[in-house]
Amino acid sequence: MTGSRSRPAYLLLLPAGLWLILFFVVPAVQLFGTSLYDPAGSLTEGYRMTWAFGNYPAALAAYWPQLLRSLGYAAAATVACLVLGLPLAYAIAVKAGRWRNVLLIAVVAPFFTSFLVRTLAWQTILSDSGLLVGLLRDVHLLGPDGRLLATPFAVVAGLTYNFLPFMVLPLYASLERLDGRLLEASADLYAGPAATFRRVTLPLAAPGIVAGTLLTFIPAAGDYINARLLGTPGTAMIGNVVDSAFLIRLDYPQAAALSFVLMAAVLLLVVAYLRRAGAAALDRVA
Amino acid sequence: MTRAGRWIADHWVLGAGLLVLAYLLLPVAVVAGLSVNRPSSRLSYDFHDFTLAWWTDPCGAPGMCAALVRSVQIAFAATVIATVLGTLMAFALTTYRFRGRAATSILVFLPMATPEVVMGSSLLALFGAARVPLGLWTVVIAHVLFCVSFVVVTVRARLSGLDPRLPEAAADLYAGPWQTFHRVTLPLALPGILAAALLAFSLSFDDFIITNFTAGTTTTFPMYVWGTAQRGIPPQVNVVATAAFGVAVALVAVTTFRPRRR
Repeated sequence: MTGSRSRPAYLLLLPAGLWLILFFVVPAVQLFGTSLYDPAGSLTEGYRMTWAFGNYPAALAAYWPQLLRSLGYAAAATVACLVLGLPLAYAIAVKAGRWRNVLLIAVVAPFFTSFLVRTLAWQTILSDSGLLVGLLRDVHLLGPDGRLLATPFAVVAGLTYNFLPFMVLPLYASLERLDGRLLEASADLYAGPAATFRRVTLPLAAPGIVAGTLLTFIPAAGDYINARLLGTPGTAMIGNVVDSAFLIRLDYPQAAALSFVLMAAVLLLVVAYLRRAGAAALDRVA
Repeated sequence: MTRAGRWIADHWVLGAGLLVLAYLLLPVAVVAGLSVNRPSSRLSYDFHDFTLAWWTDPCGAPGMCAALVRSVQIAFAATVIATVLGTLMAFALTTYRFRGRAATSILVFLPMATPEVVMGSSLLALFGAARVPLGLWTVVIAHVLFCVSFVVVTVRARLSGLDPRLPEAAADLYAGPWQTFHRVTLPLALPGILAAALLAFSLSFDDFIITNFTAGTTTTFPMYVWGTAQRGIPPQVNVVATAAFGVAVALVAVTTFRPRRR
């Protein structure tokens, strides 16, 4: 249907569409433009557009460890979310019975306490004088001077914690539709529990895994709160660099270049992932 | 398999799931505990002494309540705008087939696939270049931007699950397009719209990264927490976090367990 029948559609789309174009597309273009400004300028004197593509290799040469670390930490946190999220989502969808809604509320409930306050609570839990560190030192899982806070482990654990519900909810949504008879059929055909899980449950949960992976990886790759509150300068992520370059060092061209690289890296990974996993997942469902 | 073995095989997933749930809720318990704790010094968080002093004087921390009020105002404005815009777009996407539909879906997806730090910094670059002064309204603009996509997705999911024969039946019964919308489609979509509004409100209220880039000198509650974190957050922050948690859980529980009309 085109022509006059679709005119109401365009009217309905217009306000949100304009908002997205004006405040997402235009700023993205502006960000790209900013990344090509003359690096010798400053915020007070103003920047000149010199198409300085050299800003990119310069920024990457200085900050590639932070960029790689961000993608690595985000990938580790995503895998951890999947490992922790699968049993939880499976338990809620298949085993919880009439407790299902209560457990679902418990999954989203932490969202309602501020993200920052919860991360600060992890600071308390993982602190050197906290119970957890004392316990781990007593059972010699940590050396006498071993720490949890200010380590890469703490940062990845914080990222895992903060984005776990984003993994659990889509996993739950796809497992909830799982037909119990398929599992019975698999058992009748002499598949053990492990084989049933690998050959039946997991493929059917694939759309949830794909959605959950994206919803955890993307925000985790750009996060800098966990790295700041639970880590050290040695665990700084690319978000920390962009934040300080924009708001403290006021080096706009470099900050914009790094920000744009992060956006491009995440988008490329998402598209590559969707082409591999997304298509496979959709095939198996259809 | 022995009976005990079978019982373990049946229940270990539930046990593992509950352990993960405990991990999710542990920090909330710590925050609730700290809200009734009088620490031995400002920078220590050890559980020292029980007190209700912070609960009876939540605004005793200088500047916190002002920041809280600002966050509620921003979240309210952003929720109203994002819910209206997003719902209209969701209706367009489910009701009509039109040229540019796929492009619109991509436009909705993109903000969700972009890290917050990128959106925040690009808005800062835009506002800087356009010489827009940063403040309350630039924060609202930014919040509407990231909320609107979630509203579209949530409302659209609800609408596409509806029986398409219902509006057709209304039309057969001589309801005009407006009457069909007003009396049939909108009431059916309402749970989805309310869920989207609740999601938008909590996303906006809790946002730090994008806000930090677009707020200038305006201070929201998360920015207040961030600003005081280096010196040790005042215990009243834990009171607010615990109270917000209680209110939200009660709200969600009421809407979930209320007898439902279909």
